[in-house]
Formats: sequence, structure tokens, C-alpha cells
Amino acid sequence: MLNRTADNVARATPEPLAKKIRGISDKGLAWLFISPTILLLLAINIFPLFWAIYLSFTNYRANRPNEAVKNLGLANYQRILGDQDIWIAMQTTAHFVFWTILLQTVIGFTLAWLIDRKFRGHAFWTTVILVPMMLSPAVVGNFWRFLYEPQIGLFSYVISFVTGIPPTNVQMLSNVEMAPWAIIIVDTWMWTPYVMLICLAGLRSIPEYIYEAAEVDRASNWRQFWSITLPMALPFIMLAVLFRGIENFKMFDMVNLLTGGGPGSTTEVASITLKRQAFESWRTGYSSAFAIILFVAVFGLANIYVKALNKVKQR
Amino acid sequence: MSTIQTAKRKSRWPIWARRGLMENIATAIIAIGFLMLFQPFALSLYTYSFVTMLAGTVMFIIVSKFPE
Repeated sequence: MLNRTADNVARATPEPLAKKIRGISDKGLAWLFISPTILLLLAINIFPLFWAIYLSFTNYRANRPNEAVKNLGLANYQRILGDQDIWIAMQTTAHFVFWTILLQTVIGFTLAWLIDRKFRGHAFWTTVILVPMMLSPAVVGNFWRFLYEPQIGLFSYVISFVTGIPPTNVQMLSNVEMAPWAIIIVDTWMWTPYVMLICLAGLRSIPEYIYEAAEVDRASNWRQFWSITLPMALPFIMLAVLFRGIENFKMFDMVNLLTGGGPGSTTEVASITLKRQAFESWRTGYSSAFAIILFVAVFGLANIYVKALNKVKQR
Repeated sequence: MSTIQTAKRKSRWPIWARRGLMENIATAIIAIGFLMLFQPFALSLYTYSFVTMLAGTVMFIIVSKFPE
């Protein structure tokens, strides 16, 4: 059936075109197949990047497309790098990135280590732990909003049960001190399974004979952990830290859904500030400059991590 | 005993400009810039963080092409 269809297609192809197709080299065929992807990447990644770089030097406003665009030189960059509010947004981002990565790495690695013990039902528990990661951030944001509700939220009642504080006083999202932690808890809950999965891959890649040799040498469990498990799983842990670091650095959806940057500007991370400047104040040129600053920061960070990763792999 | 020696071709590239060392310097500059961007102590450090990071990143891209 399939052969007959192929024969029909071959017969229906005009002779000049068929000759052309038969004449394509392997390299040409490879280029033919990857060119749509390359074109797509150029259109949706590379071109917007260069366009943003261009806009960052102008006073362009997306809500006034017909207004004359004036070249401002480095004025946007100077304004951003002297702006106290953006400096505070950077500190909020750093606080968020630091604590989420620390918690996710510690809890994720511990979970992976426990799952790697291969106890009864470990496959079931692995699936259960992975569930939060599979949910959409929009869904997670919305249902954690309900969980944090002081009147009806389950989280408030659990905290009330443990501490004795009335549930109406547990105001995670509207309390200035608690709101950043509310976001850190949700992000940790959602993305720890991801870190666990990468760490588990690392732990499973350690050959069994190394542990057997350590057993022969009468190495304690503690010694085996510090001398075998941790060093051999380190490249994987670093990879997880890199991925989560870059993702959390540009975290937007969760913060926007849970607090919207509030109360006040206590949870206004860099991406929220960027969105406010770009789509509320319509300062497109200014926000493009801000986006470029964030891009350089992430790019620099990625360079450091890739270098560190190569070093660890060479050991 | 074999007297065959493999003739190593000497690179004319200066030792101080080898990839390993220069990459380390570039990485240190990026890290310093990154810390300057996020530190809560001085606005002036924040102001110069981007230039530092950009210099480090550009340097890293260039020196990663240097011979080992």
C-alpha cells in the first residue's frame, strides 16, 4: 500500500524536478531539512534580540508607533543603572534566586538519594513526587493563591494547627515579610522534582563496583557519600543549579499570579519591573535596555557554569 | 631502549595569553560584575556592574578561542 503510494508520487513528480531531487548531495539534503528550524530560530530568537539591542538606544514607545524615533545613545542604560527602584528589584531577584536554588538543590538531592535506595514502591513515590513539575505554572499559581487564603486556605490552617496562631492572621501574600517566602515555597514545591530527577540520573550513573571496592576497603557510609556519591554526582547537581538559576532569574508567571509584585514592591523581581516598564508605562526603548542588561547577566552566568561543569567533568 | 623522540611543535603564542589563564580572569570579571549587580551596599557598584559584566563576557568569548 505504502509502496504503491510512493510509486504514484514518484510517477507524478515532473521529470526536471525529479532529476533535481536525485542530484542533491547528503550535505545538501541535511541543509534542506534543518533550514526551516534555522529560519524559525532566526525569526523568533536572533532577530528580536538584535531589534531589542537597536531599540535600547532609542526612545521608541510601542503605544505610539507613528511618533518619530530619537536616538538616545546610552541614556537608557545610564538611567537604569542609576535607578534606585531597579536596584531594589535586582536585590529582590537575588534573594529569590538564592533561596529557591539553595532549597531546591538540598531537598532535590536528598529526595534523589532516598529514591536511589530502591525501597519498596520507590517507582510509585517517584511518580508522585514528579506531579508538581508536570502542572502548568498558571494552575499552580492559582491554586496556591487559594491555599494561602487566610479565611479558607489549607496552608493557613496547617500553620495555625502547628503554631497556634489564628488562621486569619496567617497572611502569606499580603504580609510584607512573608510574601517573598510565599513565592519561594511555591517555586520550591514545583521545581524540586526537576532537580531531583537530574540528581537521580547522576546517582544512577555511578557504577556499583566503586561502592563494592569501598566496602572491601571498609569505608563507612559517610565516607562513601563524601568520597564517591557527592563528587560523582556533582556535575549533575551543577547542571541542575545552572538550569534553575537561569529559569528563576527570569521568573515571571508565578510572581505575577501570586502577588503581582506586591504588597508594595516587596516581591517586584526584575521581570515584573520589566513588564511594568514595557507594557504599563510603554517605555519600550528603556525596557529593551533593561532586558539587554538582564540578558548579559544570564549569559555571563551561563559561561561561568559551563566552564565549571567542564572542569568537573575533566576530573 | 628506544631513542625515538616525538618532536613537539613549539607554539609561539605567549604563555600569559593561554586559554586557561585568560578564561579564569574573564570568569572572575563576570563573577565580580554579577555580585556588583545584586549587592545591596553601594549604588555606585551597581552602576558599574553592567560594564564589568559585559567586559568579562566579551573577554570570555574572545579568549575561549585562544590555544591551550
